[in-house]
Amino acid sequence: MACPICGPKLSAYCMVLSVWAIIMLGLLGLFFYIRSPALFEDIPLGDWEKNNYTYSYVKEKYEQNAMNCWIAAGLYFLLLIFSFTQQRMNSRANYELS
Amino acid sequence: MGSLLRSEEMTLCQLFLQSEAAYACVSELGELGLVQFRDLNPDVNAFQRKFVNEIRRCEEMERKLRFLEKEIKKDGIPMLDTGDNPDAPAPREMIDLEATFEKLENEMKEVNANSEALKRNFLELTELKHILRKTQTFFEEAESHHHQAMHDPYLAEENMGLLGEEAHRAGQALRLGFVAGVILRERIPAFERMLWRACRGNVFLRQAEIEAPLEDPVTGDQVYKSVFIIFFQGDQLKSRVKKICEGFRATLYPCPETQAERREMAIGVMTRIEDLNTVLGQTQDHRHRVLVAAAKNIKVWFIKVRKIKAIYHTLNMFNLDVTQKCLIAECWCPVVDLDRIQQALRRGTERSGSSVPSILNRMTTKQEPPTYNRTNKFTSGFQAIVDAYGVASYREINPAPFTIITFPFLFAVMFGDMGHGVIMFSFALWLVLREKQLMARKIDNEIWTTMFGGRYIILLMGAFSIYTGFIYNDVFSKSLNLFGSKWYPRPNPYTVKGEGTLQLNPANTTINGDPYAIGIDPIWQMSSNKIAFTNSFKMKTSVVLGVSQMFFGVTLSLFNHRYFQRPLNIFCEFIPQVVFLFCMFGYLIILIFYKWIHYDSSMAAPSLLIGAINMFLFNYPDKTIHLYPGQQGFQAFLVVVAVLCIPWMLLVKPFFLRYQHRYGQLKSLTFLNGGQTDDSEVAFVSFPKSPGESTNTSVQFKHQQLSVNSGDLLNHDQEVVHNEVGAGLHHEEEEEKVFDFPEVFINQAIHTIEYCLGCISHTASYLRLWALSLAHAQLSEVLWTMVLRIPLSINGYFGSVMMFFVFMAWSSMTVAVLVVMEGLSAFLHALRLHWVEFQSKFYKGEGYKFQPFSFEHILDYGGDE
Repeated sequence: MACPICGPKLSAYCMVLSVWAIIMLGLLGLFFYIRSPALFEDIPLGDWEKNNYTYSYVKEKYEQNAMNCWIAAGLYFLLLIFSFTQQRMNSRANYELS
Repeated sequence: MGSLLRSEEMTLCQLFLQSEAAYACVSELGELGLVQFRDLNPDVNAFQRKFVNEIRRCEEMERKLRFLEKEIKKDGIPMLDTGDNPDAPAPREMIDLEATFEKLENEMKEVNANSEALKRNFLELTELKHILRKTQTFFEEAESHHHQAMHDPYLAEENMGLLGEEAHRAGQALRLGFVAGVILRERIPAFERMLWRACRGNVFLRQAEIEAPLEDPVTGDQVYKSVFIIFFQGDQLKSRVKKICEGFRATLYPCPETQAERREMAIGVMTRIEDLNTVLGQTQDHRHRVLVAAAKNIKVWFIKVRKIKAIYHTLNMFNLDVTQKCLIAECWCPVVDLDRIQQALRRGTERSGSSVPSILNRMTTKQEPPTYNRTNKFTSGFQAIVDAYGVASYREINPAPFTIITFPFLFAVMFGDMGHGVIMFSFALWLVLREKQLMARKIDNEIWTTMFGGRYIILLMGAFSIYTGFIYNDVFSKSLNLFGSKWYPRPNPYTVKGEGTLQLNPANTTINGDPYAIGIDPIWQMSSNKIAFTNSFKMKTSVVLGVSQMFFGVTLSLFNHRYFQRPLNIFCEFIPQVVFLFCMFGYLIILIFYKWIHYDSSMAAPSLLIGAINMFLFNYPDKTIHLYPGQQGFQAFLVVVAVLCIPWMLLVKPFFLRYQHRYGQLKSLTFLNGGQTDDSEVAFVSFPKSPGESTNTSVQFKHQQLSVNSGDLLNHDQEVVHNEVGAGLHHEEEEEKVFDFPEVFINQAIHTIEYCLGCISHTASYLRLWALSLAHAQLSEVLWTMVLRIPLSINGYFGSVMMFFVFMAWSSMTVAVLVVMEGLSAFLHALRLHWVEFQSKFYKGEGYKFQPFSFEHILDYGGDE
């Protein structure tokens, strides 16, 4: 088994963080997708005036943000897998040593 | 009675133990953990006590065990902790244990000494080996230069100088003397310089470093050394060189001159080194084996020795009776457990094989018993935070069962965020579900033990925070729209292209006039005057909660008065307190609810705050809107009643007591065993004219405990001090006490002022519930807008990568600032509200805690008796 890159504490922290991030970013992406008004202030509307205050512009921005959140959730899923394997390697190393 | 509402009923007992059975009985009682012994020999020096020799032997055994433990730790051998609980061994087994420990200690010391000597030997031989190897090269160089010198005298080499010139001068092959040795590497430069100066440059030093570090036998450090060889001519130089070597603590070795001899010596040294290595290895193995065998039992031995020591400490507290045959002990124990204690004593007597049974005798006493609350793992955390402020007086109402709910609730009012609540709840849930494994790990960190001990408190705090977060409609500063917002703004194209803000009139914007089902309407999250609205709501809620808790506190004092049978207090303190509180703030609460329910958006509602101020100033300007007809008159009436309560609280009780004293009425009050004295009450007796006049009910002399903090002891003769660290005082019977009217009056005045001013200031103090929840909400919002909004405001897919990194930062800050820091802050404030605002209404807290003699307790805390 290759030497683990993360120690036990770091891999545990990454696992917890990843789980939280996946749940939260997943839900956040969902709320962006259904265009919740509570998140209206969180979309980049700098150019709305130029687009003549169209509704479709806002819709586009909402969906963009939803995609971003889901992609980030996916990245965290990769981090979860990585940290999970690291944790496995760490506990196995511990087991072998003792 | 075995509930958490009041502390357990305790009784003072006397134990008569036969000397042979005493040890076994105390051992059984220690396992049981239900009695608290009193020290019957307080004036006796530790060295004059009866069992001082046994304790000395125990300490000696502990010292040996600690030495063994250190050696085991040094070798890195794991010590087995089976977790089983051996009984305290009988006194005769103590001798066996002592013999075992002595043998082990001697063996270890011998092994250590031997291995030290062996290591020293090894070091010498290693150094010699290095010398022989390095000097080989020196001699070869010297030879080659010597030959070169013969052939080429004009080579200007400093090495040459010594050998070449001499050779020319003398014309013969010159014999140089030399010494070889080993010195620490750091010392070489100074050594060289010293040699140069002392011998006027007439000696020649060559040195070479030893690559491998050598082990210093004494300290065990690895040090770097170098080999050196010094060539000189003549005896004077030789002695000088030797002295300098001594001074620099270089070790000199005899090095043979010829190549052949050196080779022989090298071989001999190698053989000896190998032999030594074998012996060293075997010594280490032996040591390891001894330690491994000891490591299996060492924890059990520690427990046994600590138990023996604890038993002898306890036995030292007993008295030896006149016949020298039995020991007398005094102890406090709960009344309901007397049977179990009797059983334990019987078991002890049987185990020791004694025929005479031990006797448990209940005694009556005036001293205040310790406070004992039976808690389980859930309630012990809450009891601990109540006790941290002051242990309840004997048998008064224990605030802990109420604290189980009110404390997390008040915390949650200040913390109110569903997201943070979920984080806190899941953390505590992990602690609770894994409690067995986490307890077994025995982590030593103080912060960890504090948090782990409070895991149930944190669990409830998290759960209640989820609820209040739901009410405040706040999830990481965003609101959830679960029931459909009841504000329906008509879309206005002008506003979107214009200023971008819209003002909604509640009268014509709401659907059906019905409010949002549960919680704050989610539209408030996006409004710019959100804070103005939530301020009003949260302030009013805080005052409602605060006044309710204070009312509850005053009601609890009624229960205390009834239990201790002080009807005077009910009339003179409880009733005016309730009336005062109601007139001032109970009425305000009613108005708050009325205003919430009765007014809708079409009516102009009067300000309650201005109204309350005007109520007390009797100031009713013409244009005031009244909440209900006749408000002015009713409010005036309330103020007058409230003001009248003050002299009621202040004057009635002291004068009534003086009246009683003057006209010599017998006040017979029955008290329970170990009755409680109130701080300002005096009951006292005039002596009956004839012995037959005494009544059936127990007439007791009590005296006044003047200071609220237990401090002064007034004139009495015998006062038995317990050796625990406690706040209680024990007073024995006294003579007739003089009724001191000024003292009583001043006491009552302080009490009254404290209560009346306290009502106002404490109600205002409860506004911290509003303040902290506002701070929390604002911090949460700031964190979102300044941190998490960054990746959300980026056009394009790069935002996702940014979100990946920013989320890490946001989550760490959320946990560190909002959960941990705000959590601690809200915890502290909720605790303060309980300790000061709630408990000052009914709690005395002047008791001392019941600390039973329990092995479990001693072993957990390291047994430092």
